[in-house]
This record gives sequence, structure tokens and C-alpha cells, in this order.
Amino acid sequence: MSSQAANIEESTSLSPALSEPAIKNKKILDKRIVLILPLIALITDLILHLSLPNKQSFTTTKVYPSLLKAFLAAYLLVLILSFFIKPLFTKLIERAPLLTAVFLFLELWDIVTLKLKLLPLPYFPGPDKVLNSLTADWQLLGVSVLYSLRLLVVGYAIGSILGLTAGILMGWSKKWNYWIGPLLKVIGPIPATAWIPIAMTIFPTSFWASVFLITLAVWFPVTMMTSSGIANVRNAFFEVARTLGADRKYLIFRVAVPAAFPMIFIGLFMGLGASFLTLIVSEMLGVKAGLGWYINWAQGWAEYSKVYAALIVIGVIFSSLITLLFKIKDRVLIWQRGLIKW
Amino acid sequence: MVNPAPKPYSEADVNGGEINVQGINRIFKDTEGKDIVALESVDLKINPGEFISLVGPSGCGKSTLLRLITGLDTPTGGELYLDGDKINGPHHERGLVFQDPTLFPWLNVYDNVASGLAARKILKEKKYEVSEYIHLVGLEGFEKSYPHQLSGGMAQRVALARALVNHPKVLLLDEPLGALDAFTRMQMQDELVRIWQQRGTTMILVTHDVDEAVYLSDRIVIMTPRPGKIQEIMNVSIGRPRSRNHPDFLRLRTKILEKLHFAKENNLSYYI
Ligand SMILES: Nc1ncnc2c1ncn2[C@@H]1O[C@H](COP(=O)(O)OP(=O)(O)OP(=O)(O)O)[C@@H](O)[C@H]1O
Ligand SMILES: [Mg+2]
Repeated sequence: MSSQAANIEESTSLSPALSEPAIKNKKILDKRIVLILPLIALITDLILHLSLPNKQSFTTTKVYPSLLKAFLAAYLLVLILSFFIKPLFTKLIERAPLLTAVFLFLELWDIVTLKLKLLPLPYFPGPDKVLNSLTADWQLLGVSVLYSLRLLVVGYAIGSILGLTAGILMGWSKKWNYWIGPLLKVIGPIPATAWIPIAMTIFPTSFWASVFLITLAVWFPVTMMTSSGIANVRNAFFEVARTLGADRKYLIFRVAVPAAFPMIFIGLFMGLGASFLTLIVSEMLGVKAGLGWYINWAQGWAEYSKVYAALIVIGVIFSSLITLLFKIKDRVLIWQRGLIKW
Repeated sequence: MVNPAPKPYSEADVNGGEINVQGINRIFKDTEGKDIVALESVDLKINPGEFISLVGPSGCGKSTLLRLITGLDTPTGGELYLDGDKINGPHHERGLVFQDPTLFPWLNVYDNVASGLAARKILKEKKYEVSEYIHLVGLEGFEKSYPHQLSGGMAQRVALARALVNHPKVLLLDEPLGALDAFTRMQMQDELVRIWQQRGTTMILVTHDVDEAVYLSDRIVIMTPRPGKIQEIMNVSIGRPRSRNHPDFLRLRTKILEKLHFAKENNLSYYI
């Protein structure tokens, strides 16, 4: 992305090829000014936070100012490095407005909550309060993350393996399609979370009940996309493979599956989204651990700062998981570009 | 682009196969259930190591005949034989190259060429041949490239190498050069001749280009449509290497165009 943006800028500034260099110079100056903006935002953040009186009745701590100082130090470091590393410089210029916006948002949040108390408590704590919850409660949050991840990984793995198997069988053979197809059409559209009451009674532990729910949530899109992906593979690929001496195993696993992978990937992606939803909801309703449970528990004590802390953790983890999935996709799908962007 | 072979091929002396087409009919049904006679009582004997071309107007059943020989399609009536054995189903002895190279887009050039050996589970023993054939079609240095990064001519050469690495007794070519520019096309024709002479594979080529047919073939099969039939088989008794300007070449070319009812009306050199 960054290099693309830079290229466009370069080509536009190059196209009036013989225009005065002064204009070019001015453009570069303008660009550099952008680099100062995050600094200004951070420093005003700090000054306002430390100087303005608080209206919310929390005792403020050093955690939020320390975070701002850490940001400041990190930004300065990157800025200095960027003068020596050209790609970092262009990337920083591209990212600077976004960083500024983020820092301004922090400022706005701080002012609207802690400083001016425009939003009601306890629902809208300031950044310092949320940060304190994050740091003070990290052990319980950490344990919750581990519980959630365990459930998610087990459920997602089983769901995608079952989904891939069913999808390949359905896409490949009319007979399997005949039997699994209706099941998929009837059970698939029911949101997995609607099974919670039944799952919680059928399964011996809430863990396995939730695994079942996540499996169900993942199974549907993966099966759907895999089977239609395989059913739509160009017949010419199979014909060529057969004249090359391919047997059925080769046709399925070395032709149909790779050819369908762009579709399969969409199924895996949709399944991941469905698994996040199902995980959090089933933890809120049945499981006595995990991030969903943590949010519920914090809400029960009206500790909304902890709810926000948990939301931040969830955001970071789920986003990383999607990034991981896309990294895997990029590896497998080098032969294809521009599927879904993340 | 045309590289000398690095060393003689291990199976170079495997001679081409003999194809026997006996009384073939192929009838399709159209959407209303009416019969389309794509081929009617076609008899054709193709000698081992022969280079034969099928020409004729669109819809006369050339591709249908080729698909029957590959075994991807089955005749409504009649039988086909390779070296006396009945053809039923595709086999790596009968290689195929389409007009559209149909490379596997998820495999790079090397793995595409290797795919036949991999499918037959003999890649380990024959690994060296993959590189040999990539060299033969002049694509070394592109082993790691993916099909979407290749030009049409390069892709077609990969398809050719992919078919050849299997050492087919018969190579079926369905307008393999149709999509190429004139220059690349002539280059590829020379490459085909060279590979054919080196390998002794029986070649069956479908083409719309009469020049190409005369330049490459030992015999040319002229077909007519509705129903698809063999009209005439012409011998090309011009010595090789052939020159496209030689009077014999031009005479034969005109004669074939006349048979196709085109030379008299206009000077089109090919019918599309
Ligand atoms: N799968 C099919 N279903 C129905 N009709 C078909 C099918 N394949 C071929 N035909 C018909 O059979 C006839 C011969 O087709 P074929 O593809 O063999 O022609 P061709 O000589 O290769 O033509 P071209 O030069 O345009 O490639 C055509 O009339 C075509 O419509
Ligand atoms: Mg055809």
C-alpha cells in the first residue's frame, strides 16, 4: 500500500516533467511537515492530561502519561531512524496522518471523559482508568485469553477439517451431495448460537458444548465454499490431468483442491468470523472462563473499564488471527492475487 | 529460443505409436434433443512416427476426433486402437496440448512440467528430465515463474514440455499455435519439427493454418462438415527442411486451399 501511494505521488509530480524545481521542493517540504503532526498531538495529549483538572472522580495514575511518553519516545526513535532508512521514511510519511488521528482520538477521549465528564459514569471511563484495568488485571485477562484461545483453536480446527471433508465429498461426488446437501441447507443457516440451550444440556461439559457450537459455526461456510469451489473447477484442468496420467487421488487433492483454494479460503475466513462470534456468545452464556465470560463478569460488577480492557484485548487477538490466516493465504496463493484484502 | 538438446534423451528411441480409427461415429444431442452428427464413418490409419494434420472448416469434427483419440470422449459407434490395443479412457501414452495452454495456475513452470511425472509417481526417478524439457523448450530461468507471469508463447511451450516429459507415443495438438503471433508461431513450428524428429513421436495436429499443415506434415487430412467426414488425405512429399517459398510448397498449399473452396474466391491464407 505505502509504496503504491508513494508511486502515485511520484508519477504525478513527474508528469509535468519540466516544471520548476521550486514546486517540487515545496512538495517535499509539505510532506515532511506531516511528520511533526503526531509529535504535536502527543505532546498536547500529555500537557492537557497533566494540566487540566479532572472532573471524573477517579484518582489518576501515572500509567496513561507513561504510555504517552512511551509513544513519544518510540515515535522519536522511528523518526530519527527514518532519516537513514528510505523505505521507513516513505512509510512514516504515509502513516503519519493516521497516527495523528489516533493520538487526537486519545486526547478527545481523555477530555470528554476524565476532564469534562460529558459522558456518564460508569459506562465511559477515561483512558487512564481503562489502562489501569488492563495492567492491574492482566493475570485474569491472560488466563481468559488462554481459555478462549483453547476453545477457539479446538473448535475451529474440528470445524474446518469437517467442513473441508464434507465440502470435498460434496463437490466431488453427486451421491454425497445428495445426502449432505439438504443437511447443509437446513442446519447451516441456523445461527450456531441458537443451539446453546440444547448444546449445554447434551454435552457433559460446557467446554465441549462450546466446541460443538464453534464447530457448527465454522463447518457451514467452509463446507459451502469448498463444495461450490470444487464443483466449479474448470473441466479442462481435469482433462489435461487425466491425459497426463492422473488417478482419482491426484485429481481430487492436486487439481480440484488447489484450483478451489481461493473459494476455500473465503470459507475459512467466513468461518473464522463466525467462530469469534460463537466463542464470545457461548462464553457469555455458558462457559465459566474466557474473554466472553470476563466481559460479563466485569459488567456484573459495573466495572466498565474492565469491559473496555477486554474489548481491546479481543480486538488485538482476533485481528492477529485474521492476519495470520491471510499470511497463510498469501503463502498458499502466490499464484493468485487480489482475492480479499486485509 | 531454440536450444540444442543437452544430451540425447533416454527414451529417444521409443518410437511413436500407431493409431487406427475404424468406422467412428460420434453423435451429439443438441439442447432440443436433436442429433448432431459430429463424425460419420471416419476411418484413418496413422503410422508410427508420422506427422499428420487435420484441416477443415469449423465444426467438421476435428476436435471431436482428437478427443476420441485421447479417450476423453467415447465414440457412438466404431473403435479406436493404439498399437492394436483398444482405446478406452485417457492414458499418458496419448498426450494432449490444447489451443489454450491450460497450465495449472497454482503450479510454477517447473511443477507444471513435472506434473505428469508426479501424477504417475515417477517424479523421483525422472527428475532430471523435467529440467531437460524445460531446456528443450527454451524456458530455463523461468522455472519459478507462475503461469500468470508468462506470455502466451511461453505458456504454450510449457504445455508442450508438460506433454512431452511423459514420453507419449502419440502427441495430439489441437490448434496449439492458434493464439500466437506469426513470428512466435513460426519459431514454435520449427521447434515442433525438431522435437518430432528427435523423439519420433506420432504427431496429430489440428490446425486452421494451411501453411502450417504443409510445413509440418507428412500427410494432411482434409475434413468436411455436416456430417463430419474425411474428404481426402494428401501426401506432402516435400523434403525437409522445408522452405515456405519453394514452388512445390506453394503449389500444394494452393491445391489444399482449393479443396477447402477458398483459394479461388480470395487470397485468405487461413480460415478462421
Ligand atoms: N459436447 C458437445 N455437445 C454437443 N455438440 C458438440 C459437442 N462437441 C462438439 N459438438 C458439435 O460437433 C461438431 C464438431 O465439433 P468440433 O469441436 O469437433 O469441431 P472442430 O472441427 O474442432 O471445429 P473448430 O475448427 O471450430 O474447432 C460441431 O457441430 C459441434 O457443435
Ligand atoms: Mg476445434
